[in-house]
Amino acid sequence: MLLVIEQLLNGLQLGVTLFLMSAGLTLVFGIMQVINLAHGSFYMIGAYVGATVTLHSGSFLLGLAAALLATAAVGMLVEVTVLRRLYKKDHVDQVLATFGLIMFFNELTRIIWGRQPLFMDVPSWLSGSVEIFPGITYPSYRIAVIGVGLLVALFLYLLFAYTRIGMQIRAGASNREMAGALGINIKMLYTLVFGLGTLLAGLAGVMAGPILAVEAGMGESILILTFVVIVIGGIGSVRGAFLGALLVGMVDTLGRAFLPTLLRLFLSPAYADGAAASLASMSIYILMATILVWKPRGLLPAHA
Amino acid sequence: MAEDLLRIVNLCKGFGAVQACNNLSLEIRAGELHAIIGPNGAGKTTLINLVSGDLLPDTGHIYLGDQEISQLPLHRRAHLGLARSYQITSVFPQLTVEENLLLAIQAHCGHSFRFWKSSNTDSQLRGELLPAIEQVGLTERAGIRAGNLSHGEKKQLEVGMALACKPRLLLLDEPMAGMGPGGTVELRKLITKLKQQMTILLVEHDVDAIFALADRITVLVYGEVVATGTPEEIRSNPAVREAYLGEEVQTC
Amino acid sequence: MFRRLTRKTYVLSAGALLLLLLPSIMQLVDEPYLISLFSRILIYALAAVSLDLILGYGGMVSLGHAAFFGIGAYVVSIFSYHSFDGSPLLTWPLTLQGQENALLTWPAAMLTSAVLAAFIGALSLRTSGMHFIMITLAFAQMLYFFFVSLEAYGGDDGLSLMSRNTLAGLDLTNDTTFYYLCLTLLCTFLIIAYRLVHSRFGMVIRGSRDNAKRMQSLGFPIYRYKLVCFIIAGAAAGLAGALIANQTEYVSPGLMHWTRSGIILIMVLLGGTGTLFGPVLGAAAFLLLEEVLAIYTAHWMVYMGPFLILVVLFARHGLYGIIVGREKDNG
Ligand SMILES: Nc1ncnc2c1ncn2[C@@H]1O[C@H](COP(=O)(O)OP(=O)(O)OP(=O)(O)O)[C@@H](O)[C@H]1O
Ligand SMILES: [Mg+2]
Repeated sequence: MLLVIEQLLNGLQLGVTLFLMSAGLTLVFGIMQVINLAHGSFYMIGAYVGATVTLHSGSFLLGLAAALLATAAVGMLVEVTVLRRLYKKDHVDQVLATFGLIMFFNELTRIIWGRQPLFMDVPSWLSGSVEIFPGITYPSYRIAVIGVGLLVALFLYLLFAYTRIGMQIRAGASNREMAGALGINIKMLYTLVFGLGTLLAGLAGVMAGPILAVEAGMGESILILTFVVIVIGGIGSVRGAFLGALLVGMVDTLGRAFLPTLLRLFLSPAYADGAAASLASMSIYILMATILVWKPRGLLPAHA
Repeated sequence: MAEDLLRIVNLCKGFGAVQACNNLSLEIRAGELHAIIGPNGAGKTTLINLVSGDLLPDTGHIYLGDQEISQLPLHRRAHLGLARSYQITSVFPQLTVEENLLLAIQAHCGHSFRFWKSSNTDSQLRGELLPAIEQVGLTERAGIRAGNLSHGEKKQLEVGMALACKPRLLLLDEPMAGMGPGGTVELRKLITKLKQQMTILLVEHDVDAIFALADRITVLVYGEVVATGTPEEIRSNPAVREAYLGEEVQTC
Repeated sequence: MFRRLTRKTYVLSAGALLLLLLPSIMQLVDEPYLISLFSRILIYALAAVSLDLILGYGGMVSLGHAAFFGIGAYVVSIFSYHSFDGSPLLTWPLTLQGQENALLTWPAAMLTSAVLAAFIGALSLRTSGMHFIMITLAFAQMLYFFFVSLEAYGGDDGLSLMSRNTLAGLDLTNDTTFYYLCLTLLCTFLIIAYRLVHSRFGMVIRGSRDNAKRMQSLGFPIYRYKLVCFIIAGAAAGLAGALIANQTEYVSPGLMHWTRSGIILIMVLLGGTGTLFGPVLGAAAFLLLEEVLAIYTAHWMVYMGPFLILVVLFARHGLYGIIVGREKDNG
């Protein structure tokens, strides 16, 4: 029971990280109709900048602020210089150009930070653990990550439901020409949405810093998970991204944690562990395939 | 003559708040040229889409002969003898005019799991190509990519592709709109000729052409049938004059 | 029209001649080890041409093509592994022994890739556009992680082949022989693909790329045609994988990592989509460029990345378009 709760929280934590990644990206996909493979790069940039500034200043909060600033700035710069020129192009072109961006950013971080991974410490004021239920403790840092993720989700919900800019973004998502006709400055809006997306990716990156190793290429593994989330949730739908992220986070974490035990009930231990490892690594893709058969456009598509 | 080829029964289709097709019932008799007129946004294109299978209805039924087709996918309906042209031209921009028409012909020459023989020199397809391309006056333009045609020529190709399917029921959605005056004259001649060979459902804004060509006319307003009848009946129908023809005179 | 045709014929014959004479040229300039680099180029060219079939002609932007490439490589390696090990590959539902004979293992590689392509294609072709890109990518990653976790065959570290496969009377360990074999297979596939895209089947595929809705309203059930095309391309990529396993005598999950799919895609775009011969050029250009850049800097990707962006923004028709000239209407 103890283990189950702990793993559920782990799943939740992966889920909110994925939500931070996919919320921005699904908007970029939905609104600008551009496929952006380089989203993971901003996750990586966030982690690197956060780790470096934290290391030098000794303050995690300063690192966090620097990472957010850097990712939002680089994101908007990339939008203005490259992405903007891709909106009217074929998906193949977008894939190729953003693939080029990945190569560039990965190699650039290797040039700046070298090939050795960086390690980032959990800030001392979050290094303890908290007793969430009697007898069950959980690291404070991970709880903070979950909290931040949920706060961002709430913030996005309020942004879209109640603010003018949120409604403009939604108008842009459902009808580009219409939004233009309504006098919304589309170019500016796109840059802002893209910057918001990369900022969230940077936030995810910096928060993952103390949990994972910070290294070039770290953005790609999470990018694929993000894609799975978006496919499951439906392109352009932030609510879908939230649902998809939690599903993927849970299935992946619980699969890795409990499949070996489960399979040992039926198979010999040696065989079960191998099979469980394979199955667990494929579980979210199987989830995706199942949902696709049932709903090819995702669970909560933006334009029903 | 009196036999119905297409029967539409209580058909409904809404887009959000707009009811583009509202409990619509209509019969198209075998062999007739049935025209649909109505103001912009009346739901004419929606009706064609529902019959062709581009859209599925919310409720209601469509029968082709005795067969219910309202839920069949597009390609199945095509094989039952439906073919259509699109109001907004829908051709294959990267293929040549010739290839566009060859594809339309090929669609009705058995399956296409033929991997080796060049379709361009396939005698079965080529045999039908010449008349098909001549029919719509594009012989000179055979080698041009469809994307590079003028708007009027695209419309000609559009009609040509529908005809190459040799349909029982031909659905034409504003084939004349956007054609030059020369093209319109040619097309009127062509439709007059086609009338002898197949049943036609024609949507058109050109009232002169409609009254000259149609056997029967249906007037559509806000997704509902206002009146159906021969051109004379429609011309003298007060409701129509008010709802549609009167407005037409004012806007022109 | 005529001039373009002659120029195209001219360029293609020159290319073919160059490829035919390459081993002798390499002997002359005394750089025989380069032959294996060129074998690699031909193998990647095969994979790229197969991707061009679905991408350039079918409009299916698959970002998971390396999955089929990798599977082909693994099938050959696993057969070879068991052949040396002496242990059976499968005991149920049928008994399969290891195998060294290329005439058996290469078709097996193609078949496995085809079956996999049927599965992935059947699911991903239910969608299109961005969905399709992400789904093919995700499924390819699934296979990547599957092989990473497959400890029996080396997991992350991959699997070394003891030797190249045997092929009736040919000495595949000889690099020149192997080169000509790759060249023959590439040319065979090019001819097949060329016939294919001009056949009735090919017309359906090209029509679906241009305007899927119209195809359906003409009466084509396009899903099944696209699926068959996807399977054919998958099988060809599987063959390329079988070749690369033999060429490097080593396989690892990295072969099917999505960046590999990205690289194959780059080759197609660099050479020119929808041209079949272009991707051969693209493969050559990419691998040679990589080789040359790597001499000067370990950080070649920092130049390759922006180069790709420039290609997208300014040279949309690829090398093939530049060399042969763009196809124009005669009117
Ligand atoms: N795909 C769609 N989504 C939302 N609304 C639609 C859609 N298609 C049509 N409509 C709406 O349905 C109504 C009927 O449209 P339709 O195109 O059928 O009219 P029409 O009679 O063909 O007009 P026109 O003469 O301009 O061609 C219009 O109000 C239109 O805005
Ligand atoms: Mg209309």
